Amino acid sequence: MGPLIINDIISQNTNFFLAFLIGIGFGFVLESSGFSSSRKLAGVFYGYDTVVLKVFFTAAIVAMVGLLFMSLFNWIDLDMVYINPTYLWSTIIGGAIMGAGFITGGFCPGTSFCAASIGKIDALFFIGGLFLGIIIFTEAYPLLEPLYKGSFKGTPTLPQALGLKDGVVVLGIIVVALGMFWVGEWAEKKFPREEY
Amino acid sequence: MSESNKAKKKTRYINPYLGGVLLGLVLIAANFVSGRGLGASGAAKSAVVATVNTVAPDHAENAQFFKEYNASHPDGPMKAWLVFQMLGVIVGAFLSGAIFNRLKFKVEHSPKITSRRRLIFAVLGGILFGFGSQLGRGCTSGSALSGMGVLSLGGFISMAFIFGTAFALAWFFRKNWI
Repeated sequence: MGPLIINDIISQNTNFFLAFLIGIGFGFVLESSGFSSSRKLAGVFYGYDTVVLKVFFTAAIVAMVGLLFMSLFNWIDLDMVYINPTYLWSTIIGGAIMGAGFITGGFCPGTSFCAASIGKIDALFFIGGLFLGIIIFTEAYPLLEPLYKGSFKGTPTLPQALGLKDGVVVLGIIVVALGMFWVGEWAEKKFPREEY
Repeated sequence: MSESNKAKKKTRYINPYLGGVLLGLVLIAANFVSGRGLGASGAAKSAVVATVNTVAPDHAENAQFFKEYNASHPDGPMKAWLVFQMLGVIVGAFLSGAIFNRLKFKVEHSPKITSRRRLIFAVLGGILFGFGSQLGRGCTSGSALSGMGVLSLGGFISMAFIFGTAFALAWFFRKNWI
């Protein structure tokens, strides 16, 4: 059955319309969880607010388990779902640069748009920077291309890389996440602060 | 009275685990409909390409990045799933802000720093995130969260390096946040 667009169950226009509705859900959940506040987001790096950790890992687990079950019920063909390719060094270096951006800017791209839409001016400045950063990349692209396209490892999943079954890896991730939630709850008690 | 006010203050945001479950369901819906996850930086890239195509068509025809991008996107940069999804994000966040009474123009920053310092760091962080998300093929949503949702190795690496680096640098920027 799914993915709907790949199996031609819906038209491209319907797909775009559903993208808009899914986006509304995405933005609503991020904002109502507090992701429109840079000080709340940055809190995870100091322990005073671990909402990022809780929302992010709960979402990842729900999606992993949900997609596995849906595939089991033949509701979705996971072979047709896009698996992010692994380009080792560009992912590592890109990730590290994004991490530096996170701690300096206090947002990631999705949350900055949420924050800007409720009036956060710092988020608007972040978005300005975002466009600048993308332009720097596009203009420096000839120089960066070897790094960008190098060390391609295909589209392995974590279970494939570890040689384990999907379910076993997901179970392991759930256990790790529960441990992190526990640490997060402990940290919030240890470093209390006012709600922003 | 003060008890209920206190309770109200505490519950201004929804429970984070509930938020996580809802976000996970949204991510499943995205995969079910489109066969791909959520994203944000891809839409920003679309906007950049569309702008360059319009404002500097000569540059778009000659610069390698734009040549490659436009060749692989024959319908144009704006007719993309993530563009429509991001328009939804802006609407959805605004609705939530309106419902929970959070619509307000302000520069949010720690009392220890000035608005000016906050804005300079916001621009700097944006530049780094914009650049890094292109090099890393997606940001926290598109690469880390959506990648992890489909168990992609790249998604886990992305997540580890985004959060790992931010943790590693947190001490140096503590004044900005605490």
